Amino acid sequence: MSNSDQQKSSSFIEIKPTYPLFDLRIKEVLHYRYLLFLFVKRDFITIYKQTILGPLWHLLQPLLTTFIFTAIFSHFAKIKTDGPPTLFYLSGLIMWGYFAACINKTSTTFISNAGVFGKVYFPRITVPLASVISNLLSLSMQLILLIFFLLVYHHQVCIQYTILLLPVFILVLAFIGLGVGIIVSSLTIRYRDLAYLVTFGVQLWMYGSSVIIPLSVVPDRYKFLFKLNPVIPIIEGFRYSLFGKGAFLWIDFLYSIAFTVVVMLVGIILFNRTERNFMDTI
Amino acid sequence: MENIIEVNNISKLYKLGQITSSTLKDDLSDWWGRVRGNQSQMLPDQDNAASNKLHWALKGVSFNVKQGDVLGIIGKNGAGKSTLLKIISRVTGPTTGTIKMHGRLASLLEVGTGFHPDLTGRENIYQNGAILGMKRGEIKNKLDEIIDFSGVAKFIDTPVKRYSSGMFVRLAFAVAAHLEPEILIVDEVLAVGDADFQKKCLGKMKSVAEGEGRTVLFVSHNLQAVKNLCNKSIYLVDGKINSIGETEQIINNYLLREAKRVTEVSYETPAQAPGNSEVKLKLAKLEILDKDKDYIDVHTPFNLKFEFWNFMNDKEVNLSLHVMDIKGECIFNIGTPIIKVKEGILFGEAQIPGNLMNDGNYYISIMVVKDKSTPVFHFEEQLHFEVADERGDVMWYAKWQGAVRPTFLKFSIENPA
Repeated sequence: MSNSDQQKSSSFIEIKPTYPLFDLRIKEVLHYRYLLFLFVKRDFITIYKQTILGPLWHLLQPLLTTFIFTAIFSHFAKIKTDGPPTLFYLSGLIMWGYFAACINKTSTTFISNAGVFGKVYFPRITVPLASVISNLLSLSMQLILLIFFLLVYHHQVCIQYTILLLPVFILVLAFIGLGVGIIVSSLTIRYRDLAYLVTFGVQLWMYGSSVIIPLSVVPDRYKFLFKLNPVIPIIEGFRYSLFGKGAFLWIDFLYSIAFTVVVMLVGIILFNRTERNFMDTI
Repeated sequence: MENIIEVNNISKLYKLGQITSSTLKDDLSDWWGRVRGNQSQMLPDQDNAASNKLHWALKGVSFNVKQGDVLGIIGKNGAGKSTLLKIISRVTGPTTGTIKMHGRLASLLEVGTGFHPDLTGRENIYQNGAILGMKRGEIKNKLDEIIDFSGVAKFIDTPVKRYSSGMFVRLAFAVAAHLEPEILIVDEVLAVGDADFQKKCLGKMKSVAEGEGRTVLFVSHNLQAVKNLCNKSIYLVDGKINSIGETEQIINNYLLREAKRVTEVSYETPAQAPGNSEVKLKLAKLEILDKDKDYIDVHTPFNLKFEFWNFMNDKEVNLSLHVMDIKGECIFNIGTPIIKVKEGILFGEAQIPGNLMNDGNYYISIMVVKDKSTPVFHFEEQLHFEVADERGDVMWYAKWQGAVRPTFLKFSIENPA
C-alpha cells in the first residue's frame, strides 16, 4: 500500500440517511482538535476586539455584582450568609457565572452558526465544546481574583479537603451547562420560543441556586425543592471547601453527577439528530 | 482508475410550508406513528394526500466519480444541483441512499465559505484549513502560496469584514484550492470576481485536476466554463439524472431540452391561422443549416422560412423581419424587395449567417407591408429560439457584450519590426 493510499483510507467517509442514535465520535473531534483550539482562541479574541478594557471585563463583572449583592442582600435585606458576605457572593457568582455562560453560549449553537454550518462540514459539537472551554479561561482569571480575596479575608477562611474536588465541580457545571445548552439549541431549530425562555429561565434559576440565599436559611419544608437543583450541591460544596460552612453531602454531590450524565446523554442524542438535517428547517 | 466518490440512490425530501404552532402537534403524531412502527408515515409516496406539502429535490441519483475527474453538474434552477452538492459536502443529510468518499473534501458552496468577519485574512486561512481537518503545520506550509494566489497580501492582517466581495471570494477560493483536498467542490463562485481572477481560478481548477490528480465537482450555469473544464458532466432534470457522460454530449442534451424555443408554427387552413382578410400566416419555420447540430450556437447559420396565404390582388407587397431580444429590443430589421403579387401563396426566406448573433434568447416577428409603407398585418413573436455561447478554447467566461457578435468585420493588429 502506497503512502497516498493509506492517507486516503484514513479519510474514508460514508454518508447515510441514519446514524446510530448515540454516537460520541470522539475520534473525529480529536482529529479536529486544532479547529477546537482556534475556536477557543476566536471566542476569546473576538469578544474583546474593539474594547478598551479587554479581558479585564472578566474581573469587573463579578466584582461589581458582588459589591451590589453585598450592599442589597446583606446590608439592606439582611440575608444571612455562610461566611463573609463578600466571599460568599463572589464565590457563588463566579461558579454560577461560568455555568450560566455555558448555557447561554451553547444554546444558540445552531442559530448563530447557521451561516457556517450551511456551507461546510466539520463536527458541529466542536462549537459548543469550544464555548465551554473558552469560558474556562475567564473562570480561571476569576478564581485568581477569588484567591486574592481569600488572602484578604484569611482569618475567616478555612480550606477543607473537599477543595480537591474543585476540578470535578467545574466539570459538572461545564457538562450540565453544555448538556442543557445543546438540548436547547437542538430544540430551538423548530421552536424558537425556547430561545427567549432560556435567557429568562437561567436568570430565575440563579435565585434558586444558593447564589444569593444559602441553603442553610431555606425553610425545611421547601428544602426538598432545592435539593432537586443539581447546581446547588456544587455551589454549596465549593463554599464548604473554602470556609467550612454550608452544606456538603456526598449523596447530593452524587445526584449532581448522575444528573450530568443523563442530561449529556439526552443532549448528545438530540444534537446528533439535529445536526444532520437542521439546515432544511432553519 | 478507482472510484473516489460513489453516489448510490440518493434522494432528498423537503417539507414545504411554514413551521407554526401546529408543528409541535404534527411532530408528536409523527413520533407516535414511528413508535408504533408505522414506517409508511415517514416516506409518503406520490399519491399520498400529504405529498403536496413535500418535495423531492433529488430522487434516486446514482453515479461514480473517478480520481482526477472534473465533473460538471448542469441543469436548470431547481433541478437539484445545489442540493446534491450540499449532501456530498455533508451540510445536510440525504433522505435515502448512501455516498462513499475516499478523501478529504473542500467545498466552496458560496462566497466566503466559513469566514468569520472579525478575524483577519490570515486568521481565517488558519480557521478555514482547520475546518477542512488540517493540522497547523500543513496550513503553515501553504500560507505564503495562498496569500500570493489570492492577491490580497496588502490586507491579509485586516479583518475580513472590511474586504470587498471580490477580495472575499479570492481569498476563499485560494484557501480551498491550496489546502490540497482530494475532492474540491465549486458552486457558481465564478459569478463574482473579475475576469482576470476567474481565469486564474479556472486555470487552478484545471491544474488541480490534471496535474495533481485531484477530483473536482463543478456546478455552473456558465456552459462555456463547464465545457472547457469538465471531462465528464451530469445533467439533472427535476432531481433526477437525465444523462451522464462526455461533457460535449451532455451539454448538447441540455441545450436540446432546455433551450426554450418555438422553431416551427404551421396552419392547415386559413380559418385557424392568424392574420386578416388580406393575409394569413401558413408557416413560420427555423431551419438549422449545420447538419451536425440540433441547436443554434453563435457560429451556426440558419434560415427563417415563411409562407402566407395572400388574398390581395395586384398589390405591391414586401416582408419586413424583426429580430428582437428578450427585453423586446430590436436587434435588427430587414426587408425584402417589393414585388407585385397575385392571390395565392407567398414565400419568404431569410438567411442568417453564423458568427452574427450574440448568445441569448430571440423572438422573430414578421410584417406584411403593402404599397411600400402600409402594414397589412404584423405577426408578432412567431418564433422563439436561443443562441448558445461557444468560444472554443477562449479562456474568457464573462458575458460577451453587444447586441451582435459579428466576425466578418475585419479587425487587425500589427507590430512592424
